[in-house]
Formats: sequence, structure tokens, C-alpha cells
Amino acid sequence: MSKPSDFVQGTLDVLLLKILALEPLHGWAISQRLKAVSGNVLQVSEGSLYPALHKLEVGGWITAEWRPTENNRRAKFYSLTASGRAALREQAADWERLAGAVSLVLGINESAS
Amino acid sequence: MKIARWVSSVPLRVRTLFSKQQVERELDEEMQFHLEKKIEELVGLGMAPLDAKRAARKVLGVERQMQQCRDVRAWQGWERLRADVVFGWRQLMKRKVTTAAAVLSLGLAMGSCVAAFRLIDALLLRPLPIAHPERLVVLSRVGTDSSGAPRSYDTFAYPDFQLMRAAAGKDADLIAVSPADRYDLTYKTDEEMEKAYVQYVSGRMFSSFGLQPALGRLLTREDDVTPGAAPYAVISYDYWSRRFGRDPKVVGQTFRMGTQMFEVVGVGPKDFTGTEPGTVVDIFLPTMMYPDVTRDDASWHRTLAIVAPGVELEPLRAKLDAVSHGFEVQRSKSWTGMSAEQIARSLNDRMLMTRAASGVSELQGDYRNALVWLGVLVALVLLIACTNVANLMTAVAAARMREMAVRVSLGAGRGRLVRLVMAESVMLAILASVVGGVLAWWSAPMVVRMINPADNPARLMLDADWRVMGFAVLLLLAATMLFGLVPALRAARLQPVSALKGGEEQQGRGHGMYALIATQVAFCFVVLFLAGLFVQTFHRLENKPVGFDAKGLLLLETESGHGQTPEAWGQLAETLRGMPGVKQVAISGRPLMTGSWNGPISINNGPPSDDWSYFLNVAPGWLGTMKLPLVEGRDFVASDSFPGEAIVNQEFVRRFFHGADPIGKTFEKTGGEDQKLIVRVVGVVADAPYRYLREAPLGVAFVPTRRVNAKGEVMKDSGETLLVQTAEADPMSMAAEMRRKVAAAGAGFRVSNVETQQELIDNQTVRERLLAMLGGFFAGVALLLAAIGLYGVLHYSVVQRERELGIRIALGAAAGNIARVVTVRVMLMVLLGAAVGLGAGLASVRFVQTLLYGVRGTDVSMMVVPAVVLLLAAGLAALPAVMRAVRIDPVVMLRSE
Repeated sequence: MSKPSDFVQGTLDVLLLKILALEPLHGWAISQRLKAVSGNVLQVSEGSLYPALHKLEVGGWITAEWRPTENNRRAKFYSLTASGRAALREQAADWERLAGAVSLVLGINESAS
Repeated sequence: MKIARWVSSVPLRVRTLFSKQQVERELDEEMQFHLEKKIEELVGLGMAPLDAKRAARKVLGVERQMQQCRDVRAWQGWERLRADVVFGWRQLMKRKVTTAAAVLSLGLAMGSCVAAFRLIDALLLRPLPIAHPERLVVLSRVGTDSSGAPRSYDTFAYPDFQLMRAAAGKDADLIAVSPADRYDLTYKTDEEMEKAYVQYVSGRMFSSFGLQPALGRLLTREDDVTPGAAPYAVISYDYWSRRFGRDPKVVGQTFRMGTQMFEVVGVGPKDFTGTEPGTVVDIFLPTMMYPDVTRDDASWHRTLAIVAPGVELEPLRAKLDAVSHGFEVQRSKSWTGMSAEQIARSLNDRMLMTRAASGVSELQGDYRNALVWLGVLVALVLLIACTNVANLMTAVAAARMREMAVRVSLGAGRGRLVRLVMAESVMLAILASVVGGVLAWWSAPMVVRMINPADNPARLMLDADWRVMGFAVLLLLAATMLFGLVPALRAARLQPVSALKGGEEQQGRGHGMYALIATQVAFCFVVLFLAGLFVQTFHRLENKPVGFDAKGLLLLETESGHGQTPEAWGQLAETLRGMPGVKQVAISGRPLMTGSWNGPISINNGPPSDDWSYFLNVAPGWLGTMKLPLVEGRDFVASDSFPGEAIVNQEFVRRFFHGADPIGKTFEKTGGEDQKLIVRVVGVVADAPYRYLREAPLGVAFVPTRRVNAKGEVMKDSGETLLVQTAEADPMSMAAEMRRKVAAAGAGFRVSNVETQQELIDNQTVRERLLAMLGGFFAGVALLLAAIGLYGVLHYSVVQRERELGIRIALGAAAGNIARVVTVRVMLMVLLGAAVGLGAGLASVRFVQTLLYGVRGTDVSMMVVPAVVLLLAAGLAALPAVMRAVRIDPVVMLRSE
């Protein structure tokens, strides 16, 4: 894993969708959540969070609305749309298939040697 | 799915586009919120606030993220286009004068091009609004005349047509159509005669063309059967609208034309105006009603054909040619009084079959060449204008070279630079096309009005169709490419380092501009050269001595239903002679310079001459009224008659008497049916144009209006022309009074047409006047544009070389020296351009030769004048730049560096 970011880039969208599937969140909260769920394995840079969010918004997978935070500050909250939910299901299934296939292949290799 | 998502994103993107500030604010607020949280977090971890702020910004990459977000949200194309347009507009507005000059010159040139195209389209290109215009052909016969020059006819005799129609069978549907002509007719009484354009057509024409009536019925094949038995008329939609206000009750109305009554049976389809572009037919009559329809010696109608699908033209042509030739051979057996050579030549004529999707008319023949050459002139003017604007844009781009270099250095793509420059060009072109559109709209009908003879108004259908629109759009694109691409590509090739240093690039740029100058001068020379030829042609024709005096001459073409004796006609003339303001009145069969009556003659019982003589009936006193000088002998007297006496012109003497004194000699007009038409020459008059101003003098024999038949009886005439010499500057002002006076004379006299002799002359120079006026105008525009271009380039080069020139002056260069340094290169280009232009002009001159009169392209003066004018203009254009260069103050100059 010399270049984790490449790998991460492709997965960022699906991670964001997954996080937002639980509840509507603003960007800061999303970044905190990302850090929490992926730890140090997936080095999600805060520096690429917003373009990804905006892309998903323009793409219609998520929508945004301005709401007050717990500290009564205005923040932009993102939530999943119906098509976002569908996309998440699709991509999650894809991931599982891929992950299953990869671990299967890796497993075979190990027992053979 | 994808499309649905794209659609759902549209509102967001539109919002980005139109509520730009709002979106920007939100983006900013969102980032700010995150930034604050981040700083809070970092400070919580024990970082100093200032460091935390810096670190947070760095981790987040605020600016980069925001830009990426903008890119995601924006319609990139739109966004950039908007930026380019706004920027370009600002650039254009910064230089209002140059922009206005560019827009006006381009607009003028483009408008002229579109106007010329509109005319060419309406006259030559637009297919007739019929079912299968692509299958329409026209027949004509070509051969050579007695001098070996090519001649062609496109009229046929109806019996010949019938044979050909039978021979064509299923291969083609042959249609006879007469040239549309103005006739007198009345819907009520003789006192309310009016004129209408009448075209005799085969009844089958309407079904062959797939036309449907707007009202009533159209003519049919049944109307093509029996001569004289189809007294029906179909009126055109245009005439129905103009004359009858679209009254549906028009069907069933009757009118009288000559002695024949016709019943209006229907109205033609809306767009169909006949088969002759330039003439809108009012009334269609069946060919069967044409008086000469059964005669085999009257060629009076054109032959069109709708060729069946899949039929080869050449075999069809050969078949029709053979049939027609057989008819001519048969007919020639009864030809008397014609020379053997003449007959042989006639039988040698070959038939041509030409595609005629856009119809056939005389106007086409007269103006095809002229319009095409006008088109060439305006295209050249457009090229000059484009060159100018290209130079302008190049100069402007050069001035912006540093700005461009900075852009490139900062990472602007080359594509973006090209777009930046092109956006300006496109905007210029669009502005210019607005100006041009207005001009084209207004000028094309004006040109049509200009080519209109007073008595015979041409009407071109100038509707803007898709061809005109397409042409305008193509022109716009082509012009933009022409003047925009060069500067744009130059911007793309830009080397930022050298541009920033102000380096060697300027040399290369100079080359381009100088080459453009040479091109421009070459085009300009061609325009000046051609325009000079056209102006000179008109000048020659206008000042050509006609041999008679047209001043104050009013022509009353007068009819009398059942014919009147020469004495009665003489009395009518006498009545008019008594009117105030009338100096003299005379009578002739028709006016000079309208139509012709010709035939072979025989001298001393020799064979009929191969060269034909031309004839005109005139009454005593006509020569004096025309002020046509009598060279020898006497004028006619009342007792002279035809056959009997004749007065011939000098050309006649040269041709037929080989210069010998003809007084007292006799000749015979051959071909008289039951009498020998022998005349004795009693006088000789000076030459005057008989038919056309342009042609060489013809041999003309004037014979008395008093005609006697074989039994010696004096014949009655149903139509003569009263030639009235008035004291008025505008003879037309007396027309109405004359009409009344003639009608009041009784005996059924009626004026059917009034014109002046001067109009007849002027009508023959309409085309030349048009070419001279427009040619002169475009020459002026071309010269002006070229001068502006030259001025611009010189000015630019002086500004560029100010430092060098300052040093030269400091080193003691004289003013003359400086002037030479500044202008030498441009003047070389001007000379080079003029030389190229001269070559192009000379190469083109043989194509315009038919439009010229009394002038040849190889005349030295025709080349010298444009060259001198061009050089003068170039000198004038160079003056300001030279002045500027000479006045450079080296001290100021060098200090400022």
C-alpha cells in the first residue's frame, strides 16, 4: 500500500454516503466521523472533503440545507437523497463482492504456499 | 438515471450562474465554519492560536478547495464563456473608436455581401415553387450569325412545339410559356383600360408543376386542344391581392384584351409568380388563345419541359433536336427572300437543353454577369475589411502580449488564450452582422428599384429564405475565422519568456502585418480597376452621341381599335400640334430603340442579301422632330408611300451601296407575299441607334407610314406612335393632358403607353449605371478601408520603433531619412500588392468584357488611374505616422526608457 490515497479517493464517495445514511451532518462533523470510523488506515485528507461533498450534491445523491448547530451557529447540513440511498446500496454491494473476492484470492494463496 | 440526475442538478448550476455572489457567500461560510472548528481543535491540543490558524488553513487548503467546489458547481463552459465575453466586451469598449471602425467597415462589407447574395439568390438560384424544379429544363437553339458570332434563340413556333411534345412522349412533359409582357386590357369599358403582365402558358403547365389553385380552377390539358376555344384566364395570387383585394367573387369576372373576351376561372397558388424571375405575372392565358398559335413562321414562346424521373437528357435532347430540325427543313421550303447562307445557317442551329430549376427570364440573362461581378467586388471589399480587422486585432494583441504572457505564466491554457481572443472577434462579427443585416435589408430592394425601367418594373421576390440566412451565417463564420484566427493562433504560439522580455517575437509579427497590407492593396487594386472599367463604360455610353435630340420628346403609343387612315392619324397629330407647350408632332410606327423590324433586301434584282436591313415606318416631319439630320436628298412628303419611297441611313449606304450615292436608286425588301416591295431612295440621314445604344450602327431604311397594298389601296393602321416635341423640361408633365386630348379626338383613338425618348435611352444604360454607381461606391469603400489599414499598420510600427527612431534622430538623421525608414517597407508592400492586383485585374478582365463598352482592360489609363489613386491614398495614409516619427523628440524619448 504505497499509495493509499488512490485507493481512498475511490472509496471516499461511498464512505460519505454511508456516514450520511445514519444522520444529516455538517462538514466538520463528517470529517470527525470519517476520522473515527477509518482511523489511520484510510487517510482521508480534510483538504479534499468539500469538493467531494459538493460533487455529490450537484450529482443529486445528497442535498444540503442550512440549519443551526447545537451551539446555535449556522451550518450547512448534508443529508442523503433517495437516489443517494440507492447508490449507496449498489456501491456497498459492489464493495462487499470485491472485498470478498479479494480476501478469497488472498486466502487461497496463503494456504497453497 | 444519469439524465435524471443531470436534470436535477440544473437548478443548482443555474443558481451558480445567476446568483453567483450568494453561492460564493455560502461556500465561504461553510469553509469558515470548518476552519474555526479546526482551529478550536488545534488550540485544544495546545497550539498557539496564531499557529493553529496557519496550520488549519494549510491542512484544509481553503483556497484550493473553494476553487474546486466552484468548478464542481459551475457549468464550466458557461462560466468561462461568460468571463470571456465580459472581458472581451470590456476590451472592445476600451477602444471605442477602433471598435466602431471595425464594426462599421465589417458591417458595411458583410451587409453588401448579403445584399448581393439576396439579389443573386432571388434572380438566379432560388428554385421555382413547383413540385420538381430539379427536373425542369429549357430548350434553346444555338448557332452563328452572318458574321460568325454565336447567337442563340429560345423562342419556338407552336406547331414545332406540338411535334416535339408528341416526340417526347412519356420521357418529358413539354410546356410552352410566352415571355411575360404588358398588355392593355379592361374589365369594364375602353375608357378604363389598364395594364397587366400577361403570360400565355400551356394549360398543362399547372398540373405538370403540381400546382393547386387558391381559388376556382387552374388551366388544364383540355385548354390546350383547340386554337381560340379556351377564353379562360387564371390570375396570380399577387394580382388577386393587389388588384382585387382577394375578393372571392373575382372568379367568373370577364375582361377584354384586344378584341377577345376572357373569363377569370381561378386564382393561382400563393407563391407561384410565373416562370420568369424578375417579373410577377398577373394573368395566365392558354397558349391556344395566342393569335399566332397556328402559324409556323411565328416563334413566340419558350419551351420548358419537366423531364420524367430517370430519363437521360442527351438522348431526349437529340430526339427533340431531330424533330425540330425536320420542322425547320419543311418550313424552309416556303422561305422566300432569304439568302441561301441564311437558310443554311438556320438549319445548322443546334438544340440545347439546359436545367432551369430557377426559371428562365431575360432579366437573368441581362444581369447574371453583372450581379456576379458585383458579388466579386463586395467579396473583395469584405476581404479588405477582414484584413483590416485582422491587422487591428493583431496590433491590439501585440499590445497585450505582456498581459498574455503573464496569463500563460500563471497557468492559463493555450486554449483559453485562443478563446479569449476569439471571443472578441466573435463579438465584433456579431455586432457587424447586425449593422450588415440592416444594410442588406434596406439595400437589396433599393438595387431592384434602381434596375427598374420606368415602364417595365422588375419585381424580384426578395423573401429571406433559408439560403439567404445560411449564407449570412456562413459569411459571419468565415469572416470571423478570417480576421480572428490569425491573432488567436498568434496568442496561442506565445512564448511567455520572450514576450515578457519584449524579445524577438515582434519581428515575426511584423511580417504577418506587412503581408496583410500587400494582400489588402492587391484586393483594393482589383476593386478600383474593375470599378474604373464600369464607370468608364457608363461614361462612354452616357456621352455617346445618339445622332438625334431626345430633349423634350414625349412618345404616345396610340391605338385605334379598327384602324385609321394615314390622313386621320395626321389630323390627330394636327390636333395635338395646337396645344400650348407643343412645338412639333410627328408619327412613326413605333419609337426608335424599341423592338425591331428587319429582313433581307435585294438590289438590282440580285439574290436576297445575307446581311439584313432594319426598317421603321415614319411620317413626313418625323426626321425634323427627332432632329435626325438629313445628309442628302429630301424628307418624305404626304404622297410618299411604302412600297414606293425610302430614306436610308449612312450605314445602309455603306453596307448595301458600298458608299455610292444612293439617291434615286431602288432596292426591294424581299419576302413580300403578293406584292413586290420596291422602294426608291429619296434621302440619306445620319446614323442613330436603332435598337440598342451599345451596338454598332445598323443599316436602316425608313419607309413611310402610308402603306399601300397590292391593289394600290391605302391601308389603315391600328397603332402608331405620336412623337411630341414639347417645350417642357419634363415632357411627362404633359402626359395626362395629351391622353385626354387623344381620347377626345374620337375615332377610338386611345393612348396605351406614354414614355419619353430619354427614358428609352436611359433604360438601356440601367445595368451600366448600376455597375458604375455601386462599383464606384465599393471602390471608395475599399480605398478608405485600405487607407485605414495602412495608417494603422504604419502608426503601430512607428510606436514600436520609437526608441530606434529616437536614436536615429539623436544621431542626426534628417526628416527625409526618417520618413524613408518608416515608410519604405510599407510602400514596398503597397507596390507589391498593386502589382499582384494588376495581374489579377488583367486576368479577370476578359470575364467582364461583355459588361464593358468602349473601353478595354488593357487600356493604359485604366491601369494607371487606379495605381495613382492607390498610391496617393497610401501616401495620405502614411502622412500622420511619418509626422509622428519625424517629431519624435530624442531627449524625451531616451529619457523615458
